[in-house]
Amino acid sequence: MAQAVTSHRGPVTGTAARARRRRPFLVDLYSTAVGKKYVMGATGIGLMGFVLFHMIGNLKMYAGAADLDHYAHFLQTLLYPLAPKGWVLWILRGGLITMLFLHLHAAWSLTVLNRKARPVKYQSSRDYQIANFASRTMRYSGIVILAFVVWHLLDLTFGVVNPEVGKMITHAGDDEAVKSVYASVVYSFQRTPVALFYVVANILLGIHLFHGAWSIFQSFGWNNPRFNKWRRSFATGFAALVVVGNVSFPVAVMAGIVG
Amino acid sequence: MSNHLENITLRIWRQAGPQAKGHFEEYRIDSITDEASFLEMLDILNDNLVHEGKEAVVFDHDCREGICGTCSLMIDGQAHGPQRGTATCQLHMRKFKSGDTITIEPWRASAFPIIKDLMVDRSAFDRIIESGGFITAETGGAPDANLIPIPKPIADAAMDSAECIGCGACVAACPNGAANLFTAAKVAHLNRLPQGQAERYSRVEAMVETMDEHFGSCTNHGECEAACPKEISIDVIALMHKDYRKAKFANRKDLARQ
Amino acid sequence: MSLTQDLLQKNTVQLNSKIPAGSMEDKWDNYKSDMKLVNPNNKRKFKVIVVGTGLAGASAAATLAELGYQVDAFTFHDSARRAHSIAAQGGINAAKNYKGDGDSVHRLFYDTVKGGDFRAREANVHRLAQVSVNIIDQMVAQGVPFAREYGGLLDNRSFGGAQVSRTFYARGQTGQQLLLGAYQQFSRQVGLGGIRLFNRTEFVDVVVVDGRAAGIVVRDLVTGEISSHSAHAVVLATGGYGNVFFLSTNAMACNVTAAWRAHRKGALFANPCYTQIHPTCIPQSDDSQSKLTLMSESLRNDGRVWVPTNPDETRPAHLVPENERDYYLERLYPSFGNLAPRDISSRAAKRAVDKGLGVGPKKNGVYLDFSDAISRLGKEVVEERYGNLFEMYERIAGENPYEQPMRIYPASHYTMGGLWVDYELMTNIPGLYAAGEANFSDHGANRLGASALMQGLSDGYFVLPYTIGNELAPMLNKPVPDTSHPEFRKAEEEARQRFNGYLAVNGTKSPDFFHRELGKIIWDYCGMERTQQGLEKALSEIPALYAEFQKDLKVTGDGSSLNQTLEKAGRVDDFFQLGMLMCRDALERNESCGGHFRAEYQTDDGEALRDDENYCHVSAWGWGGDPMSPQLNVEPLNFESVHLATRSYK
Repeated sequence: MAQAVTSHRGPVTGTAARARRRRPFLVDLYSTAVGKKYVMGATGIGLMGFVLFHMIGNLKMYAGAADLDHYAHFLQTLLYPLAPKGWVLWILRGGLITMLFLHLHAAWSLTVLNRKARPVKYQSSRDYQIANFASRTMRYSGIVILAFVVWHLLDLTFGVVNPEVGKMITHAGDDEAVKSVYASVVYSFQRTPVALFYVVANILLGIHLFHGAWSIFQSFGWNNPRFNKWRRSFATGFAALVVVGNVSFPVAVMAGIVG
Repeated sequence: MSNHLENITLRIWRQAGPQAKGHFEEYRIDSITDEASFLEMLDILNDNLVHEGKEAVVFDHDCREGICGTCSLMIDGQAHGPQRGTATCQLHMRKFKSGDTITIEPWRASAFPIIKDLMVDRSAFDRIIESGGFITAETGGAPDANLIPIPKPIADAAMDSAECIGCGACVAACPNGAANLFTAAKVAHLNRLPQGQAERYSRVEAMVETMDEHFGSCTNHGECEAACPKEISIDVIALMHKDYRKAKFANRKDLARQ
Repeated sequence: MSLTQDLLQKNTVQLNSKIPAGSMEDKWDNYKSDMKLVNPNNKRKFKVIVVGTGLAGASAAATLAELGYQVDAFTFHDSARRAHSIAAQGGINAAKNYKGDGDSVHRLFYDTVKGGDFRAREANVHRLAQVSVNIIDQMVAQGVPFAREYGGLLDNRSFGGAQVSRTFYARGQTGQQLLLGAYQQFSRQVGLGGIRLFNRTEFVDVVVVDGRAAGIVVRDLVTGEISSHSAHAVVLATGGYGNVFFLSTNAMACNVTAAWRAHRKGALFANPCYTQIHPTCIPQSDDSQSKLTLMSESLRNDGRVWVPTNPDETRPAHLVPENERDYYLERLYPSFGNLAPRDISSRAAKRAVDKGLGVGPKKNGVYLDFSDAISRLGKEVVEERYGNLFEMYERIAGENPYEQPMRIYPASHYTMGGLWVDYELMTNIPGLYAAGEANFSDHGANRLGASALMQGLSDGYFVLPYTIGNELAPMLNKPVPDTSHPEFRKAEEEARQRFNGYLAVNGTKSPDFFHRELGKIIWDYCGMERTQQGLEKALSEIPALYAEFQKDLKVTGDGSSLNQTLEKAGRVDDFFQLGMLMCRDALERNESCGGHFRAEYQTDDGEALRDDENYCHVSAWGWGGDPMSPQLNVEPLNFESVHLATRSYK
C-alpha cells in the first residue's frame, strides 16, 4: 500500500502520472478492491444458486427415500449418455470449487487490504451506527461455514465419518441400484452433535447471506430508486428461505418425522 | 435559558508526533455553558493549558460552520460525535450532560497519518481528486453556460453528492478504512453531468485505482453514510462501482485501438 | 483646493493606476490588444508563486499552470479545498441577462459602483462586470451544479442592491461549489505537474530585491522550518482581515499576515477602514464564543425585526403584546421595511441594543420573527423556503425558530480594504500581485451581496493570467535573484527571530486572550459606527494593549513541531498592527460612506453623508517604520461613466 503522505515535507506535484499496462481483462479487473468485490459478488451469486438448489433438491427427503435417492442418481447421471456418468457432476463441482476458491481468495486479500488500511486500531471503543452483526462478522461466519462444508463433504459425500455413504440399495419399483443418500442423511442427523453443528452452521449461513445477498447489489452497482427498497427484503427473504429449508432437515430427522 | 454542565471529564489522545507513542490523557472541565460548541470547549481547555504552561491540544478546525471540512475528531466512538448530519464544529455541549466522560481520538487510517495529537493528514483525498476528480475545461474555451440544458433532477442529484466537504469522516467511521463514499461522491457529481461525460470512464478508473493505493475496501457496512455530516447516500458508491465496471470495458476498447 | 488635491501633492509613492485608454467599454479590450505576450514555449521559463488557494488563488494558479508557467502554490491549510471562500452561501452575480429583465454589463457595473458608495475605481469595476459572464460559462463547463429550472436552464435569484435577477446559486452553498470547481482545476494541474503544492505552509514574509518582489519566506507549520522560495512574480490571494474583530463570520485561521507583511515591505494598504458588517448573524451566546455564524440575508424577506419597548422586558417573545413591540425597521424605513440595506439595518440593531432593548440572555440581539409569516403562509411554505436555515439556527442556538423568534445581531463579515493594486492587480511593488479579498480594488466602500465570489474568480481566471504575462514578457532570460541572495537570508533570519521571540516572552496570557481584547476595542470603536472620539480612544488603547502583548504573551510548546498557539501569536501580532492602521484610516476619513459610518457625518434621517469634494479618493497607506506612523498616499477617483450621486435605496 502506497504511503499517502511522505514523512518528509516537500511540494506535491505530478501525482497523476500513472503507467497503464495492458493486462488480461479479468486480471486487470481483479487488481483493484472494487474489482475483487465484483468477484466476491459474482461468485457469491453462483454459490447462492448452489445453496438454493441444494436445499430444494434435499426437500425430496420429505417425499421419501426413493425420491431422494433417485434424485441423487439423476445428478450422477446428468446428460448421460451424452457424457459419461459422473462427468457433468464433476464439472459442476469443479465450477463450485473454483467459485469458492475465488470467493475465499478475494475475501482473504480484501481482509489483508483492510487490515493494512488501519494498522493502528481505535484505542477507545467504537459506537457503530449502521454496521450490523451480519456485516461485521462476514469473515467469521464465512470461516465457520467453510469448516462446515468440509465436514459436510467428509460426512455425506466421501463418507469418511459416515458408514452409510456409498452403499447401493434398490427401491421397490426401481430396477437399478442407487446410492443410499437417504439412509446416510438419516444416520448423520441421528447423531445429536452433528445435527447441532448443522443447525448452527446454517444459521450462520443465513446471517452471511443476509449481508451478502444485499451487498451484491451495491458491489455490482445495481442501484435503482425503484427497486432499492426491495434489495433488503430480497436478502432477508433469501436467507430465511435457505435457513428454514436446511434447518428443517435435521429437525425432521431428530423429531422422527423423517427416518 | 442557558444551563451549565458540571464535571466533564475529557479523555484526549495526545501524541507528540507522527512516530511518537500516543496515550490518553484526562482533563477536567469543572463547568461549561451548554451554549458552547464542542470546539469552543476545547478552546477553553487549551486556554487553560497555555495558562498553566502546558502545551495546547492540537486539533484541526477552521470555518466552524460545517462547510470547510477541516474539523475531524472521533468523539465517543463516533466520527464527528453523536449528532447525525453534523460536523464536529457544529456539535454543541447541550448534546452532553453533567458528569459525562468524553473520549476524543484522532481519526485512524494508514492513509490519514497522525501529525500531532488529534490532527491527521488527509492529503490522500487530494491525490484521488488530482488523479481524475475534475472536468478538463481549461480557462477560456467554455461555451455559453446555457448551451447544454441539464434536467433539474440530474442537476439536483449531482448537487447532492457535490456537497461532500472532504472531512474524511467516512474513512474514519468505516471499519475497513475505505474511502469509497468520498471517491464515489465526486464520481457521482461529475459523471452525472453532461459536461462530465467525455472523461466519464477515464475518471472513474483513475480515481478508483488511486483510491486503492491508499485505502481499504468497501464491504457495504453503511457506516460512512451514518457518519457523513452531509448525509451523502451510499447509493453513490453503487454508481461508482457500475461505472468502474463499464470503464474497464470502455477503456479496454480504447486501449486496443491505440 | 480640495483635501484630495492637497494630499495628492504630498504623496510619497507615485500611484499609477495604469488605467488603459479608451472609453469605459473598450478599456479591457484595448488592454488585451496592447499587452505584451509571452510565447507559449517561453512561459515555462517563468515561475510564479501563488499564496492562498481560495477562489482567487486556486483559479489563478490553475490558469497560470494551464498556460505553461511554473507555479508554486502555498496554503496553510491541509488541502487547497479548505479556503474560506467555501463558506459563501448566497450566490455569484453575472450580467448574463438570462431572465431578460434588462440586465447588462453596464447595469452590473453601475450597481457595483453605486453599491460601493462611489469609492471604487471605475475601470476595474467595469472589467469585473465584463468578465462576470465568462465566469459562469467557465464554472458550468467545470461541472459546478448551479440551481436549474425545470427546463434545464440556469436559475437566477435577485439579491440586495439590484433590481434584476442576476445571481447564480447552488443551494445555500455557492461558495463551496465554486471553490471545489476551482480546486478541481487546481488539483488537475497538481496531478499533471504544472503546480507544485506546498500545504500546511504559511507565508511569513515577502522578499524584495532591487525594488522587485523576488520571492517569499514561508514557515512549514508541521516542522516549524523557515525556508525561502524565489520566483518571477508573487501573487497574494490571502483573503481579508475581518478576524481583526476577533468575533466575525470569518474562519478561525483567516488572517492578515500576508498582506500585512507585504505592507511592511513597502506595499501600500488601501482603505483599511472599509469593513462590512452583515446584519443577520446569530448573536454571541457566551464569553467563550470564538466564532459567529451568518444566517442568509434572505430571511429578512419574511421575518419581521423587532425589540420590546421596555428595556426590562422578561416575558418570552410570544407573550409580549403588539403594542409593547417596536418594529423599528418598519417604523424608520417604511418603504424598505425589514429589507433595508445591510449597513442601515445593522446600525439600527446596534442602536436598539445600545439602548438596552436587546433580547436574549445577554440582551445582545434583536428578534427576527416569523410568526406572522407562518400564520400567513403556513408552516409548510416557510419550511420549504427556509427549512435548512431554521435547522442550522436550531443546531447552533438550541431554539426552535418555528416557535420562538430568531435572535440576530450584526457581525463582521467581509473587508473591502486591502493591498493597493493597479489595473493589472499589481501592488506598488513590481512583481507583487494581490487578488480577491486581499486587494482593495472592486468594491469601494461597500460590497454588494454575491459580488465577492465574482471578484475572486474574475481576478484569478480572467485578469491575472493576462496581466502577469504583460509584466513578465520583458524579463525573458533575465536572471532573477535566487534564494541564496542576502535579502532572503535576512528575511529568514527575521522570521526566525520573530517566532522565537513569541516563545521567549513567557508571560501569562495566551494569544487568544489578546486577540479577544483587541477585537473588543476594534468592534466598539471601529465597528458599525465610528466617532472621532472613539477612534482616538482606540488609538491610545491598542498600542497599550500591544505593549502588553509584547511583554506578557505566553506561548507554550516549541517552534520545531506543529504549534497552533505559536501560529496564532504571529497572526495576532499582525492584527494589532493592522488594527492601529484601521483606526487611523477611519479617523482620517471625515465622511461616511458604505461600511465606514462616522456618526458625525450623517443626514437627518441617519443616512451616510459622503464628502465627495474632499474624500473622493483611495487612501493608500505606506509603512512608516512603526504601526502608529503610517504614511498616507491618495489616489483620486475620477468618475467618467457614472455620475456621483447620493446613494439612496428609498
